[in-house]
Amino acid sequence: MAAVIEIKHLVKDYKLGDVPVHVLKGISFEIERGDFVAIMGPSGSGKSTLMNILGCLDKPTSGIYRLDGTSVGELNRDQLAEIRNKKIGFVFQQFNLLARTSAAENVELPLMYTDMPAHERHERAMKALLSVGLAGREEHQPSQLSGGQQQRVAIARSLVNDPRIILADEPTGALDSRTSLEIMAIFQRLNRDQGISMIVVTHDPDVATYANRNIHFKDGKLQLDERIAHPGEAQKDLEQLPAEPPEEVAAV
Amino acid sequence: MNKIIASMKIALRALEVNRTRSALTMLGIIIGVAAVIAMVAVGAGATARIQEQIQSIGSNLIIVLPGSISSNGVRLGSGAVVTLTEDDAKAIAAECPSVAAVAPAVRGGVQVVYGNNNWATTAQGVTPDFMTIRDYTMMSGEFFTDQDVDAAAKAAVLGESVAQNLFGDSDPTGQVVIIKNVPFTVVGVLTPKGQSPSGQDQDDIILLPISTAKQKVLGTNKANAKAVGSLMVQAIGTQAMDQAQQEMEALLRERHRILPGLDDDFTIRNLTEVFAAQETSAQVMSILLGAIASVSLIVGGIGIMNIMLVSVTERTREIGLRQAVGAKTRDILSQFLVEAVTLSLLGGIIGIVVGLAASWLISYFAQWSTVVSLLSIMMAFLFSALVGVFFGYYPARKAAFLDPIEALRYE
Repeated sequence: MAAVIEIKHLVKDYKLGDVPVHVLKGISFEIERGDFVAIMGPSGSGKSTLMNILGCLDKPTSGIYRLDGTSVGELNRDQLAEIRNKKIGFVFQQFNLLARTSAAENVELPLMYTDMPAHERHERAMKALLSVGLAGREEHQPSQLSGGQQQRVAIARSLVNDPRIILADEPTGALDSRTSLEIMAIFQRLNRDQGISMIVVTHDPDVATYANRNIHFKDGKLQLDERIAHPGEAQKDLEQLPAEPPEEVAAV
Repeated sequence: MNKIIASMKIALRALEVNRTRSALTMLGIIIGVAAVIAMVAVGAGATARIQEQIQSIGSNLIIVLPGSISSNGVRLGSGAVVTLTEDDAKAIAAECPSVAAVAPAVRGGVQVVYGNNNWATTAQGVTPDFMTIRDYTMMSGEFFTDQDVDAAAKAAVLGESVAQNLFGDSDPTGQVVIIKNVPFTVVGVLTPKGQSPSGQDQDDIILLPISTAKQKVLGTNKANAKAVGSLMVQAIGTQAMDQAQQEMEALLRERHRILPGLDDDFTIRNLTEVFAAQETSAQVMSILLGAIASVSLIVGGIGIMNIMLVSVTERTREIGLRQAVGAKTRDILSQFLVEAVTLSLLGGIIGIVVGLAASWLISYFAQWSTVVSLLSIMMAFLFSALVGVFFGYYPARKAAFLDPIEALRYE
């Protein structure tokens, strides 16, 4: 399978005053189409920096980063924005939805920066909302939705532009264990059905069990990169949980 | 176009979030625009009033008066010696190409009697051309004709003030008034003109055929039966005023056999010029007022810049998110620019309404004439848009060049 992400000798330095800080000290790995990668490591290990670079929000000091065949290091600000728009979906710990804006419009946001006509934008937003199980809630504003629902809107937003990869930074960090499981089930389904490469940064070892590859970071270096032959099935685990009242009621 | 309207809608929604804040920011622009419109209206009103006065004395009017002459070193006063005649008038009309019409006139004070009433006024002996030159129109009846002048008819045209004083509200046309024991039939009444720029009542006048006036009322000059008190000359256009003046001067000097180097024995007065100077000063005043008012527009613009900077800081995370999902520099730039312009345009529109109301109130309560021109409204609108762009650019640029990582992490 062709590599979606290719990283070679990636180095990132920051200048803290006059002292250079080496955050990433030469990292190399590849992520293939259909990979579901959990990135773990203590804070300060450089995983956030790596995520920023993978998400084309930041550029490496040296080394090569190829996303879908494009070398990102040489691109300017607007070209990076274009790559983010076309190939990457973001899911954040704090959801980052626009307040006082309907779910459908939140999902449409990435498409606002394309030439797509309004009706098509709306259609695709509806489709994305349907695929995360939020049909019928397109007119709700974030304040009217539970945390899990908000995160699902955010996932729909990351999906809407048919990305090659979805980058999720602590996507379950602000959610309880049941909702976390729901989110992971959605990730697994998207990963298997649509072949989107998932990269999830997490502190939670339980979350990592649903990935088919775990990468551990320490001190700006790759400590461990292991493939997991039989990852957990989030959907099954979810069904085995004791029944709870419907989510809408629980959310209030 | 659709895109602009769409982003305006988004901007309106963003502004609605902080209604009070947006309204207060707009207030700066509203006051600025309203002040510009009202002040320019006051200035334009003053200018229009002066123009009206110039119109009332007649357009493109030049007056030729008999001048002083020196006799053995003794300079005599103006009009002391007969120097202008009806022949001069005819010659000017015939030989000066820049002159449209010439009306000779004689004047004198008279007592007019009608029944038990009498009234002291100024009688002017004129020809029908006088009416066109001085831009008079008839309120009732007709002006006397050239035939009346030739026949020395006893016809009189009354100014409105005279008609009021002698006849009250009844129509004087066809009635007979007595001037110096001579009965005159009133043939018409002039439409009132009001005060002249120098404050004289232009309607306190009685017009007679010049021939009749000289023979029966004011008396003929013993030295020259054709002598006249003044010539009213109309140039063919505003541009031709100087030309007409030069032509007349040359012609009259020649006709009066004045040697080069000696003074004219007549005076040419261009009244329009005098009032044009007043008009210029009124225009200067209106520019000044407009300039002072524009300062408040600039202050309003600074208010917009201030609030947009606050807004950019508050919405740092939103900006970061938009950048993350693919907004380019110009997308963010235009979003905040449109917001600033929406704010200022909305303020501009409301300001125009307030300005219109203010200028109406000024003319109603202060009794000043105000003129709101379409141009000043369009300028105010354009300027408020420009203020939005100018003062919105810096905050918008600041937003557009935020670092997406920093912005997303912003608390």
